[in-house]
Amino acid sequence: MCLFHRSRREFLKGAGALAAVSTLPVSMVELVFADPGQNFTFAYISDSHIQHIAGKNFVRNWDRGLIRAVAETNLLNPKPDFVVFGGDLAQLGTKEELDHGAEMLARLARPYRCVMGEHDYYLDLGEYWSELFGPHHYSWDHKGVHFVTLNSILTYDDWTHKRWPTAQQRMLEMAGLDNPNGSPFMIGDAQRAWLRKDLEAVSKNTPVVVFSHSPIQKIYKGWNFWTEDAEEVQALLKPFDSVTVVYGHVHQIQYNQIDRISFHAVMATAWPWPYPETYAQAKPHMPKLTVPMNRADPFFERDATGWQLIDLDTGRVAMSYNLYNNTNRKVAYNRETGRPEDAAYQSPDKRIPPQSHY
Amino acid sequence: MRRIWIGLVFAVAVVSLAAAAGERAPAPSSPLGLPPVPFPDDNPQSDEKVALGEKLFNDKRFSSTGTVSCGTCHAAEKAFTDGPLRVSEGIRKLTGTRNAPTVVNAAYFRTLFWDGRSPSLEDQALHPFLNPVEMGLEDHQPILDIVRSDSDYAQRFQAVFGKKGNAITMREVTQAIAAFERTKVAGNSAFDRYWFENDTSALTPAQQRGFELFVNQGRCVSCHRVEQTQALFTDQRFHNVGVGINAIQDGVPALAGEFLRAKATLSEVDIKVLTDKRTSELGRFAVSRGFDDLGSFKTPTLRNVAVTAPYMHDGSLKTLRDVMIHYNNGGVTQAGDRVNDFLSGGIRPLNLTEAQIDDLVAFMEALTSPEFSRLAQGGGK
Repeated sequence: MCLFHRSRREFLKGAGALAAVSTLPVSMVELVFADPGQNFTFAYISDSHIQHIAGKNFVRNWDRGLIRAVAETNLLNPKPDFVVFGGDLAQLGTKEELDHGAEMLARLARPYRCVMGEHDYYLDLGEYWSELFGPHHYSWDHKGVHFVTLNSILTYDDWTHKRWPTAQQRMLEMAGLDNPNGSPFMIGDAQRAWLRKDLEAVSKNTPVVVFSHSPIQKIYKGWNFWTEDAEEVQALLKPFDSVTVVYGHVHQIQYNQIDRISFHAVMATAWPWPYPETYAQAKPHMPKLTVPMNRADPFFERDATGWQLIDLDTGRVAMSYNLYNNTNRKVAYNRETGRPEDAAYQSPDKRIPPQSHY
Repeated sequence: MRRIWIGLVFAVAVVSLAAAAGERAPAPSSPLGLPPVPFPDDNPQSDEKVALGEKLFNDKRFSSTGTVSCGTCHAAEKAFTDGPLRVSEGIRKLTGTRNAPTVVNAAYFRTLFWDGRSPSLEDQALHPFLNPVEMGLEDHQPILDIVRSDSDYAQRFQAVFGKKGNAITMREVTQAIAAFERTKVAGNSAFDRYWFENDTSALTPAQQRGFELFVNQGRCVSCHRVEQTQALFTDQRFHNVGVGINAIQDGVPALAGEFLRAKATLSEVDIKVLTDKRTSELGRFAVSRGFDDLGSFKTPTLRNVAVTAPYMHDGSLKTLRDVMIHYNNGGVTQAGDRVNDFLSGGIRPLNLTEAQIDDLVAFMEALTSPEFSRLAQGGGK
């Protein structure tokens, strides 16, 4: 781990280069890494919501978002080791949508892995998705980091299997926000048992990075910014020195620290969600740490969407948000304070009006 | 005191395009449809400076072959363009990569060149002299040698700037050129009478329908702005509208990477983008190096657009109708071609009918100023 520590210091010294993702980060990554052999980056694209209209027609705006994210990540240099797609590739889980999305992902210049989203799942319970992208949950090791992908959008068996006359209706019910017929996301007993076993083989000082679609924390139930068994999953992750959860679903910048676990949300390529405080049907529990994303300029159709470049040179996530037509953000773990912090805006006196003016 | 007085008068005055230097009829306000011309504090207008600028603008001795002046590509008799050339021809008929934009109303632009790599008319004027496919000088010294030794220039620089000999620099040269260019403003179009004076007879029914399309279904006004008191027909921003970059799509990663590794200065960018067509198509990216700007170019004004064919940064579209078809296709010139990955979000298929396209073209023909109406030949159809 001392390798990580040394390079972390180098990293902070180079803080001036942190805002550089909007340019191809040629210099950024090279400057940062003390040992290019061990340190690496990966890109994270999420929530594209590819939506089928009819025949060969798909919602163009969502198509363009994913196409652009793929094209831009292909420009990264040095190339990221891999790309993660964070779930909700489809809007209503159909074969057409998943095929169309997979076709766009196939243009990625690097290997990619996928996370299951509820929009991918609730039509056929992930069956066709599996044909395209493999198992619903899995783990792997890469350059000293243990990666785990969870399917966090499961729910009660009764809701999934017994409530709905058709699969289409089930899909639509789960796609709705503030839906009294909805049901909270969970990882579930079986997958938690698998996770426990998977982590048993991992030493406690190995950095662990978990990918899930929903936040493995409880933020706002009405929009399923929520995982029902979050505490149980957190308990499995807590024993590790360095754990980070990266999640999609919320279509906005969020980050948090709970015990030793860092949380980072990623942007959607499709559309932004407002922060739940703006629609308080129930009290939200937004992480106080989070400095919100800027209000979007509606002139730019892609504003408030984006993709991420993540570097793991410390074993912790340092996330560069590439935000179309907006100011890029960088949220990285601060070793001194023991939590993720925004490189520019964390201090209350550094906040700017577009972050609170909704 | 006199200088201040002159500056104040010129701040609100507009020079008639038809008038020769010195014969300028004082005008009380801007042409209809245009705001006051912004004059930099350090470069106040004067009749003598404008006349000097015009002489410099048209002096072919400022090119390596003695054959090319600013006015070669920005010809007064062609509404300050070089139409119908697709891209400009410099010394020895060398061609660049971009279509010469009109000088008319450039006074209002916040950035110059198609990729906005220059912040002012004064700065812009420095670069074509040195570009190898434009005026081809090695450096600015030959210009300075001429203006310092030529007796007419010496007398004029003394009168305008109070400077002679080595005290005359490119600063004075470009200030005079910019002062001349700031007199080339033109409004007073049929549309201006319709929109700003409520003269409904100023536009034909087709043109009125075209304006309705311009602000609604055609989505044109989003970038080509029309406001309540003025209309510059530009948002001064940069957009990827699917021109140029469509031809190099698979080359973008290599081109962009090479470009960044070269760490070019802006002067080197000036040469690179005009001499290498493929690099040129990176657009504003060559200046900002930001993903948002890949394949993006500045929104041009649409004033007098009917007399400044051909169109787009590369002159690749011959008529206004071709331009409408390109936009109607959602950012591809041939329907069905691959849309480029970096296309600006606002560009999408418009579902315009042939008749609607005709109306839009008719509307754009209503944007011609009286000074240039003789150049309109039934327009862009």
